[in-house]
Amino acid sequence: MRMKKIICTVAATFLASGVANADTLTIATVNNGDMIRMQGLTDDFTAKTGHSVEWVTLEENVLRQRVTTDITTKGGAFDIMTIGMYETPIWGKNGWLVPLDDLSAGYDVGDILPAMAGGLSYDGTLFAAPFYGESSMIMYRTDLMEKAGMSMPEAPSWSFIAKAAREMTDRDNDINGICLRGKAGWGEGGAFITAMSNSFGARWFDENWDAQFDTREWSDTLNFYVNMMNDAGPAGYATNGFNENLSLFQQGKCGMWIDATVAASFVTNPKDSTVADKVGFALAPDNGMGVRSNWLWAWALAIPAGTQKEDAAKQFIEWATSNGYIELVAAKEGWANVPPGARTSLYENANYKDIPFAKMTLDSILSADPNNSTVDPSPYVGIQFAAIPEFAGIATEVSQEFSAAYAGQQSVEEALAKAQALTNDAMEAAGYR
Amino acid sequence: MARTVSTRRKTLTTIAAWTIGIVIFFPILWIIVLSFKTEGDAIKTPLEVLTSLWTFESYAVVQERSDYFKHFTNSVIIALGSTLLGVLVAVPAAWSMAFVPSPRTRGILMWMLSTKMLPAVGVLYPIYLLFIQLGILDSRIGLVVVLMLINLPIIVWMLYTYFREIPGEILEAARMDGATLRAELLYVLTPMAIPGIASTVLLNVILAWNEAFWTLNLTAAKAAPLTAFIASYSSPEGLFYAKLSAASVMAIAPILIMGWFSQKQLVRGLTFGAVK
Repeated sequence: MRMKKIICTVAATFLASGVANADTLTIATVNNGDMIRMQGLTDDFTAKTGHSVEWVTLEENVLRQRVTTDITTKGGAFDIMTIGMYETPIWGKNGWLVPLDDLSAGYDVGDILPAMAGGLSYDGTLFAAPFYGESSMIMYRTDLMEKAGMSMPEAPSWSFIAKAAREMTDRDNDINGICLRGKAGWGEGGAFITAMSNSFGARWFDENWDAQFDTREWSDTLNFYVNMMNDAGPAGYATNGFNENLSLFQQGKCGMWIDATVAASFVTNPKDSTVADKVGFALAPDNGMGVRSNWLWAWALAIPAGTQKEDAAKQFIEWATSNGYIELVAAKEGWANVPPGARTSLYENANYKDIPFAKMTLDSILSADPNNSTVDPSPYVGIQFAAIPEFAGIATEVSQEFSAAYAGQQSVEEALAKAQALTNDAMEAAGYR
Repeated sequence: MARTVSTRRKTLTTIAAWTIGIVIFFPILWIIVLSFKTEGDAIKTPLEVLTSLWTFESYAVVQERSDYFKHFTNSVIIALGSTLLGVLVAVPAAWSMAFVPSPRTRGILMWMLSTKMLPAVGVLYPIYLLFIQLGILDSRIGLVVVLMLINLPIIVWMLYTYFREIPGEILEAARMDGATLRAELLYVLTPMAIPGIASTVLLNVILAWNEAFWTLNLTAAKAAPLTAFIASYSSPEGLFYAKLSAASVMAIAPILIMGWFSQKQLVRGLTFGAVK
């Protein structure tokens, strides 16, 4: 009888520990193709670890607001958050994220592209693991370039791009030489113009955190952009963001499009793109000043400090950002659909080298340096943003002023003057000046 | 003597009414059209959209990717729960304001309504912290309470307007016959105000069903209603219009059908007491 009792107790304890070890993780993420694909493959993670996953998928801006509210109040609604290069160093510095400094040896942290690891770390400690990374590059119509009698160099200048854009423009046939973001928002048109301004020698702040919109470099950037877009851009470009330009390019209405490298898989997909077989790629342009106009971004997985399921969350991150996951996607959906821009070994893989945009994506990522993004020294880290908490609010307002100038509601000079004033006011209020 | 309306005037009024109706309904109609297109076709020009292939592809993808019925159940519970709880609180409040008014009644009503003008985001953090402390973050009960509080001013106002139309003498007679306050409210006032209560309930179910700020900010995976279901199909990188449209149609269909069948009560509820 006693023996039976002991056996029952041991069995119950064993079962209970098994149940207790199987956690349900709540993961907040964005509705991007790679993320959706990951959701579909979660069964593989559950089969390997026993942990199940509940997804909260939100639009990027809603997600940002949602996870920021939760992490600043220590709400604990999520066990893993999908965040970017802007939030990671700030949140890591504040102690809001669990350091990812004890990932297993098999995970191979050293394989993460250095630019990605650097952008997702604070003080040398990795706080988020890149799920996929991106830079920006030129996607262009090879047939229209040929028709214009020009040839795209691998690393063109802005003057070449402007000339090509004007040559390729054919208003009668609804073809715009170039499509670029103009939509207000720090992550939309704001990101593009900031990256572009870097190549013109402009910067957001000098070493004393004084705004620099009253400089000739910013005036050159904005005037160049507006003149080129007025001559060769689509009507209403002031309200075009990534998706609007993607739509235009896929319909064959853009000669060139400079945007996220991740777009390459969309514009070369014959299912959605009418120009899939006529797309070429080149590095984002420069202006002969040693800095190109490409940005660097990663969607990464991070664990909020205070989660009760830290071990399970780490297991998930190791699974989702590993080489094993890349191979799983390749086996199920082909190499063109694996999450790009995160791991060095992917670009050494013979199977991936055949993908037409793979090399240009890697070259673009490698040429982006968040720690030295401007020609003159600047006090901030980041290429299309400055990694300070105040930037998102300030840049949103600045980009609204710029968009108003693109729409012809005010002059470039007026927009720059307003940007200068509002940025200095905000930086003063925040105690930087 | 009845006023005669010329045929020309009638025609013009009819055309104007139909034009306004079509303009208001057009976005919903376009969402329905896009929901039956592929992502590639959904971004084409309107004429190309209409002439392209019709397909259920987006519905199939949405059905496969999301748990529609979980979100639907949450929406039903949250919308109905918050409305019924609101009515339960508002009936006594509206009764006292309509039948036992004080010099401050009008001011209190205006103050209640003015809370609707407060930007919701201004109180997001305090409410979020309260939810954490009470352990009701991502719970249906939490949302029922919040949405009830948000819609309470409208419920009280609507019921107050109805109750004022009911002669106080009837309630007085009930009291003289020995009815307690509870009996007066339950067996005399409520049966007489059923049409008003019904239209109030209908309108508030619609408001609660469509509420998208609190339902997105106070939920995660468990209590997320259909507003979160729709939000999950918007994307900053990639084409999503067809799937977003399909998700939107699936989310608004129940409330659209309910509104269609109860439009008479709704119009009556919204216009009651407006013309004296």
